[in-house]
Amino acid sequence: MRTAFLKALCEQATIDDRLFLVCGDLGYSVLEPFAEQFPLRYLNAGVAEQNMTGIAAGLALAGKTVFTYSIANFPVMRCLEQIRTDVCYHNLNVKIVAVGGGLAYGSQGYTHHGVEDLAVMSALPNMVIAAPADPIEARAITSLLASYPGPAYLRLGKAGEPVLHAENTKVELGKSIEVTDGSDLTIISIGGMLGTVLQAGEELRKRGIHPRILSMPFLIPLDVTAILTAAKQTSAILTVEEHGPGGLGTAVAEVLAVHGGATTFRPLRLAKAPIKVSGSQQELRSAQALSVEGIVEAAEMLCLSPKPAAIR
Amino acid sequence: MTDANEITEMRTIAQRLRGRTLQMVHRARASHIGGCLSIADLMACLYWKILRIDPNNPEWPDRDRFILSKGHAAAMLYSTLADRGFFPIADLETYCQKGSLLTGHANWNIPGIELSTGSLGHGLPVGCGLALAAKRDGRPWKSFVLVSDGELDEGSNWEAILFAPHHKLDNLVLIVDYNKIQSFGRVDEVLNLDSLADKFRAFNWNVIELDGHDHAAILQALRTLPDVQERPTVLLAHTVKGKGVSFMEDRLMWHYKSPSDEQLQRALAEVEN
Repeated sequence: MRTAFLKALCEQATIDDRLFLVCGDLGYSVLEPFAEQFPLRYLNAGVAEQNMTGIAAGLALAGKTVFTYSIANFPVMRCLEQIRTDVCYHNLNVKIVAVGGGLAYGSQGYTHHGVEDLAVMSALPNMVIAAPADPIEARAITSLLASYPGPAYLRLGKAGEPVLHAENTKVELGKSIEVTDGSDLTIISIGGMLGTVLQAGEELRKRGIHPRILSMPFLIPLDVTAILTAAKQTSAILTVEEHGPGGLGTAVAEVLAVHGGATTFRPLRLAKAPIKVSGSQQELRSAQALSVEGIVEAAEMLCLSPKPAAIR
Repeated sequence: MTDANEITEMRTIAQRLRGRTLQMVHRARASHIGGCLSIADLMACLYWKILRIDPNNPEWPDRDRFILSKGHAAAMLYSTLADRGFFPIADLETYCQKGSLLTGHANWNIPGIELSTGSLGHGLPVGCGLALAAKRDGRPWKSFVLVSDGELDEGSNWEAILFAPHHKLDNLVLIVDYNKIQSFGRVDEVLNLDSLADKFRAFNWNVIELDGHDHAAILQALRTLPDVQERPTVLLAHTVKGKGVSFMEDRLMWHYKSPSDEQLQRALAEVEN
């Protein structure tokens, strides 16, 4: 996914000479093509994320479109106040890119688990938040953000994610992508869980349950219409995300509550407690039911639950 | 070169800024007058003689950028900008009042203010980004950042202090309002900065130490920039917190207290002299 990101960024840099990339001393074997092609628009700020983000704000004040790039929490949490006050408050053209979101660095330990990022970023003003599901979404969203004026957060996976969408899939700001239509329940996922969700969908169909599957790469702006349509047309909603409380599940629950879209709903997500042990991304996901089996089981239980009466 | 008339002009402006700022802080019952008064002479020299700016065109692309990183001294920045013609002087009366953009800490929604500040340690990294943009684009403007001494406790500043010489930002000027008092004690008691000049030299900065109330010295230093090609410059401006008002000078309490009616009259009498 990071390769798709970098390819799209290079394409955009070719047509837009304001585009600038700043990294926090990470990006080995990924960022080199950009650095070589655009040396005057590339900067390694060193292991210093607060300064990196302040510099990005300064470059943006001078008219640049700046992408900051580092791993998981580093470009998000260490410099949170620089993002909030320098970038978001001033509505600057800075895009924060975290590679290895979720549990991509699973075996490296909790320091490298990006599992609160969506919640933290979604509290900030002016922020667009995107977590693509595959290289097709990553490429399209990178291009889209390069021409979007304002702050954004882009949570990427790592490397080797399978292509899930057709090459020409339309990706629009704030819009979800319907991957499979169905009427029994709707499964909505954000980011890299889509592959697992699609496999679970196949298993559910074998068992006579036909899920509608939506990939929702944008947490902000959220596709409220798609959520409310799902609440009306299908009998339940299941959200799936590689993130703790405060992400997609929380946002969908709020939409349903505020708009009176009474339906059976369950957020499938990580617990708040830090993961203390080592494991691959797949293993750590599965330990918290973010697996084909876990999704199938959650979907079956939702379909068995009675649909709540509309609020009168 | 500086002449006697110019020095008189600088002194007159600085004292006028002190008077206006005292009135604003008194009216709003606001804090931070001590750290406003310590930078009055620096602000007069910068805004009337050094910075390439146009009050009628605050967004002029080739203007010099000035960031008041010690955003709590906003009242002095507002006084300066109003006096320099960026917005009406009458607006100063709205400082810290309901609905006013003149908030207690510097607000970028006001013409002439490049960056909202107030949380310390943000100005210098942004100033580095601005200076880097000018370098990479081959533009002539400079980036000036004014920090407090207490603010140098912030690690983000030292990230930027390491960064600027490495990237040869000789278009970056850092000014330290070295008044030796921070918010809860004297600098040498809270976190000693000595020797600050040696620290900057060790980080490969061009270091100039001067009296931050000596207009001739300030003008001379800022007019000959960059002294050293390919190095950023830091002005260690030795100042007195509360400068110009005898009973406020070098007193921690004036980081917080607002002058009473009687104290305001005494203070105004001193700065109008």
